Amino acid sequence: MSEHLKTNNAVIKWIDHRLPVFSMMNETMIDYPAPKNLNYWWNFGSLAGLALVVMIVTGIVLAMQYTAHVDYAFNSVERIMRDVNGGWLVRYIHMNMASFFFIAVFIHMFRGLYYGSYKAPREILWMLGVVILLLMMATAFMGYVLPWGQMSFWGATVITNLFSAFPLIGESIVTWLWGGFSVDNPTLNRFFALHYLLPFVIVGVVAVHLWALHRFGSNNPLGIEAKGPQDKIPFHPYYTVKDAFGVGVFLLAFSGFLFFAPNFMGHPDNYIPANPLVTPAHIVPEWYFLPFYAILRSIPDKLMGVLAMFASIGILFILPWLDRSPVRSAKFRPVYKWFFWLFFANCLLLGWVGQEAAEGLPLLLGRLATAYYFIHFLVILPLLGVMERPKPLPVSISEPVLKGGGALAGAAAKPMEKA
Amino acid sequence: MKKFVLTAAAAAVTLSLGLGTAHAAEAIKAPSKSWSFSGVFGTYDQAQLQRGYQVYKEVCSSCHGMDLIAFRNLADLGYNEDELKALAAEYEVTDGPDDDGEMFDRTARLSDYFPSPFPNAKAAAASNGGAIPPDLSLVAKARVGGPDYLYALLTGYEEDVSADVLQSIYETETHKREVQYAADLEAYSVKKAKYDEAVKTDSSLKEPKMPEDPGPVESVEDLGLPDTSSFNAYFPGYGIAMAAPLADESVEYSDGTPATLSNHAADVSAFMMWAAEPSMDQRKQMGIKVILFLLVFTGILYAAKRKCWSDVH
Repeated sequence: MSEHLKTNNAVIKWIDHRLPVFSMMNETMIDYPAPKNLNYWWNFGSLAGLALVVMIVTGIVLAMQYTAHVDYAFNSVERIMRDVNGGWLVRYIHMNMASFFFIAVFIHMFRGLYYGSYKAPREILWMLGVVILLLMMATAFMGYVLPWGQMSFWGATVITNLFSAFPLIGESIVTWLWGGFSVDNPTLNRFFALHYLLPFVIVGVVAVHLWALHRFGSNNPLGIEAKGPQDKIPFHPYYTVKDAFGVGVFLLAFSGFLFFAPNFMGHPDNYIPANPLVTPAHIVPEWYFLPFYAILRSIPDKLMGVLAMFASIGILFILPWLDRSPVRSAKFRPVYKWFFWLFFANCLLLGWVGQEAAEGLPLLLGRLATAYYFIHFLVILPLLGVMERPKPLPVSISEPVLKGGGALAGAAAKPMEKA
Repeated sequence: MKKFVLTAAAAAVTLSLGLGTAHAAEAIKAPSKSWSFSGVFGTYDQAQLQRGYQVYKEVCSSCHGMDLIAFRNLADLGYNEDELKALAAEYEVTDGPDDDGEMFDRTARLSDYFPSPFPNAKAAAASNGGAIPPDLSLVAKARVGGPDYLYALLTGYEEDVSADVLQSIYETETHKREVQYAADLEAYSVKKAKYDEAVKTDSSLKEPKMPEDPGPVESVEDLGLPDTSSFNAYFPGYGIAMAAPLADESVEYSDGTPATLSNHAADVSAFMMWAAEPSMDQRKQMGIKVILFLLVFTGILYAAKRKCWSDVH
């Protein structure tokens, strides 16, 4: 183990002999062998990790100034914005990074879908990712309640009420969630407690996610396993520098929103203090929930709608067994490639439907898109696994790169060539 | 690099399509106006904010509070400490209890917040025909369109809007009514057919009422707004409980700016934007520096990445 750690520093050697923390860091972040052909879509995992760290750091600082009480929460946030030194900056970072966290994670997931990263032997890695998504959604939802604006209050009311759809026990569940008979101070208090707790649970699941990742290493754009050392490069410096460049671009886009349109992704109604007696004209969730909200509202029956919404994420858990194709990467799956983009467009459509009033054309489109969402997983993927004829796979990662194995391999080599 | 640009572009598309703006209720969209604080380099115009504060103080504050703003905050508007103290001293606030346990009135200090015009929401509603005048501290961020909307609203009363705007509202509303009437007629014909069938066996049934043609909307009266509200082209539903608060000459400016409705409305809208987002100037200035830094930093990282990867085949 520690013989791989090259250092002349006696203190590090002494510590590492007793607690091999430096060896571990070396193995997971420095020498860790990664496929040499990862493209920029592979940047979004580390970007999501960065977003998580930023959220936790800003969140802890905000918690030092925030008051979780229905009478003070709204004004305590405004105090942060107005009177706390740098408070506006920390609060706007927290607000906007929440959105960018979801952007990074959604892209990370679509990348996994395109390149078949969920297939054997990475099923558990993928499922842990879905667990992280669920935890993120719960955390984001409860965080949005904390400023105690109109959308906070009414969003909390609508979403917690979903549980009343369950027969017999539904009403009791809702009362239990609220800690009373409506969304009120006990609800706000527990949401704050859980909003502080869950990010650390996410950190734990991320650690396990990375553990599972390092078992077989990253998938790659060709979707074939690395055959030997010629297919791999050490994580440092190749991917550390590439990830760092990605961070720079990510922060540039983030800064554009943070400094010049910090409220673009929020809802104006959340600058109105919560009022249980006045219902907003349209209750809309944050943008990252819109596709799921669209699925919920597409089904006329409340219970079925709730189940469909949960199923839309739950189905991702069994995705590795729904897609039976032995080929991972869509590069070599001429038919799946088209269905992937159709599925992607369908998700965007659901997002659009989610912010419209549930009537007329949006409702109709929402129903079709909801049906298609499930058809993609339950019908198209299993059938493609049997019916699609994949293109021939390259022998190894190095081969197409070295011998110029056609346009596909050329594209994979692009990020590495000297332009 | 091409691959990277594609990635970035696709990410941008994901973002922009995923968002989009939420639909406002009826009422027309406020036209966007050019503000001193518009755009990346825009900053608040202190003279305008001072005029806006004057409009707020002399007109709006009789009904609308600004609970989140303290007199000390007005330093942002360019007043010096003596001026601020003089401004605060114009107000009386209740303090206490004193050592005898009594509440007492004293002149306001810099640390005091703007006094509310009403002791509570019930009193506010009672004095305003049941409508509670909203607090204005955050109103510029709490309405779709922000300061554009506020300006449009303040200049959107019947006498102040152009004939074109009125005409377009009439047309939209006429169209809406026609659609509604057609739907009502169709529902009626279904009900009527059911009734015709059922009445043969049960004569006690009531005949469904035929919907009336609401006719076109040709004037503000045709909109059928309640008597207690005024027409406003930009208020959702067109009926607003607040009578036109501003007109030409509402406030006399000391800096020679013409006392027109348009100036009053623009100044007070800018003031409300400042109240809602006092850190905007600081935020944008920091943003420009951060973005310039990140451009250089990211450029260096890209060069480092190219250099580092040049030996990988």
